[in-house]
Amino acid sequence: MKLVIKTVTKPGSTRANKTGAWRSFMPVFDHKLCSKCGICAIYCPEGIVYKLENGYFEPDYEYCKGCGICANECPKKAIKMVLEGK
Amino acid sequence: MSLLKPGHRGCAGCGDALAGKFVLDALGEDVIVVSPTGCLEVFTTPYPESAWGVPWVHSLFENAAAVASGVEAALKSLGRKNKTKIVAIGGDGATLDIGLQAISGAFERGHDFTYICVDNEAYMNTGIQRSGATPLYANTTTSPPGRISSGNPLYKKNMPAIIAAHGSPYVATASIAYAPDMMKKVKKAAEIKGPTYVHVHAPCSTGWKFDGSKTIEVGKLAVETALWPLYEMENGEITTVRKIKNRKPVEEYLKVQGRFKHLFTMAGENPNIKKIQEIADRNVKQFGLE
Amino acid sequence: MRKNMVVVEGSYAVAHAVKVCKPNVISAYPITPQTHIVEDLAQFHADGEINCEYINVESEFSAISALIGASAAGARTYSSTTSQGLALMHEALFNSSGMRLPIVMTVVNRALSAPINIWNDQQDSISQRDTGWIQLYAEDVQESADMTPQLYKLAEDVDVLLPAMSCMDGFILSHVYEPVILLEQSLTDEFLPSYDPEFVLDTKNPMSFGAFADPSTYTEFRYKQEKAMGVALEKIEEIANEFKDIYGRYYGGLIDGYVLDDAEIVIMAMGSVIGTVKDTIDELRTEGESVGLLKVRSFRPFPAEAIRKALKNAKIVITLDKNISVGKNEGALCTEVKACLYNTDNRVPVIGFMLGHGGRDIPMQMIKKIINKAKLVEKGIFVESEFADLREDLA
Repeated sequence: MKLVIKTVTKPGSTRANKTGAWRSFMPVFDHKLCSKCGICAIYCPEGIVYKLENGYFEPDYEYCKGCGICANECPKKAIKMVLEGK
Repeated sequence: MSLLKPGHRGCAGCGDALAGKFVLDALGEDVIVVSPTGCLEVFTTPYPESAWGVPWVHSLFENAAAVASGVEAALKSLGRKNKTKIVAIGGDGATLDIGLQAISGAFERGHDFTYICVDNEAYMNTGIQRSGATPLYANTTTSPPGRISSGNPLYKKNMPAIIAAHGSPYVATASIAYAPDMMKKVKKAAEIKGPTYVHVHAPCSTGWKFDGSKTIEVGKLAVETALWPLYEMENGEITTVRKIKNRKPVEEYLKVQGRFKHLFTMAGENPNIKKIQEIADRNVKQFGLE
Repeated sequence: MRKNMVVVEGSYAVAHAVKVCKPNVISAYPITPQTHIVEDLAQFHADGEINCEYINVESEFSAISALIGASAAGARTYSSTTSQGLALMHEALFNSSGMRLPIVMTVVNRALSAPINIWNDQQDSISQRDTGWIQLYAEDVQESADMTPQLYKLAEDVDVLLPAMSCMDGFILSHVYEPVILLEQSLTDEFLPSYDPEFVLDTKNPMSFGAFADPSTYTEFRYKQEKAMGVALEKIEEIANEFKDIYGRYYGGLIDGYVLDDAEIVIMAMGSVIGTVKDTIDELRTEGESVGLLKVRSFRPFPAEAIRKALKNAKIVITLDKNISVGKNEGALCTEVKACLYNTDNRVPVIGFMLGHGGRDIPMQMIKKIINKAKLVEKGIFVESEFADLREDLA
């Protein structure tokens, strides 16, 4: 890796760091209860809850830190935090 | 996909990260961001990575507004300003304390830029020390409760009023817990010509001691108890206010945070909590929140 | 040549030189004795003679910080400061060098508080020698002006990319009126290309400047800065010669000599005292003294090899320092010259004299006194370093 002067770094290169390894709990999304409001996507601090083609939402587990904000905010209680087995 | 990319080192449930995300997503790609030293700067740019999807520069702790002034001057001089927005995003320590001089100078000179203060109410990146934004009686490592102390004995510095006194055309308060409102205000601030300011409440689970899943919930309680009034000021006059239906007593907000738990160890009426309630009551009066 | 000369204040000559270098952003904050430079620039700007943004900042810290932002955005930048102002910038000097921003700044050398004193010595710039800024010291007003485009060319060189300070003695050079040739715009356009950096803040090609580097990457950033100083070492001489080709003037590159080749006693100095030293040497030579001058023009990068070569025939070396490292009882030039000779076969005695602090005048008589003091080394009496101009009635 060549060192670039000016401590200049390329945009979005943090994507190389998979923060999904951080979590203990993972959010499980139940689309049957989901009202497609999008609040989970808005309030995810990692910005990794994405809208699927069918309008429902799914997290990118490679980056999800398991903070639980999505589960806490979901008005339909459609997201459950589940202890992740290793 | 957000312009604040994943993989950054923010805590799980980080309020600063949400603030950064909302600012970028409100403004789009044509923005240059200036950050002072702080959590947001540190956890987004560990060499050789960067989470910022827009041009970004970090110099020192106290000079974001001066650096932003220079960026603005350069773009003007080089004929590259066009519609590009210049946004400084700094924490409360960098903004209310050590960076105040540079902000005052930049606002007095009238540079066309927006300063967004992401306020988690302490110096968080250095391990939760008291800043000028730390609220009354909050526990921080340099204002801890003890045998003869109830925590931070000082009131929060009123930064929006200071900025308004500089003649800024637009000053607003916002909260990450009210994302559409925050994004609307950020967009408006950026579009208004001249130096504008948005003060954003960003609850910090690590520093305030609550579970990371409650970041938005805590933010909402701050607003619902009138401790964090949401308003806009244009040319020094308050133009909009978010009214509160069914205002909650401040205990509802204080009791869910570890940084205030020392206030609840006294039996009977607590004079400290009463003082905090008075702050909320004053806000209701001053801003017409009910 | 002489008919192009005008008599102007030193500050004006420098401000004019800055003007013809066409900076894009200038930041300004007043501090004596630098203020005339930014005032003259303000007048140029007000009269539409410079096409730039001129920012009246609220402190020197913001002065340098604004230039950091402007430089990162691709602008050619300038400011001027002194003493307390430079000291206030301390943190930002390290920062701007680490960020490899080719900011050029005139430092009008002045003593540091406390006690507060507005007159000339070189403590201010010398105390910033570790910051990673290039430092050149000017002998007279013409050189101060000439240094400006040379430093832009050096700093902006793609293999250097370090900020640079042009040091000129306060009042002695800033407020004196001397005949000078004001730098011609046409020659400057020929000598100095426009600034076209590769890495800039640009929404069409976003990049992040100012990352945080943990122990696994930090060292290499410092190494690269040091390497860039090594490139500057060569380029300073090259650029001085290019300047000579275009403008017809040469003040030395890294160093310069005055009747040096056969000199047994060599006086080393930086800045305006050189004029007095030269006059003293002229007199002493008529009396048969074998004395010469080694002018140090570049203090950072430190021209160790050039100095070693220049001193190979010297029997006694005298260093003059308008600064002191308190606790070492020595000035920086003395310490660094001794160090660069230590591991060589040339163990010529290096005698350090600190003088001129707080603007104390240095007459020719003082130089002669110093030379006589240094000659005592021939008798085996050797004081390594001392204050040359101490007042016995106050000490």
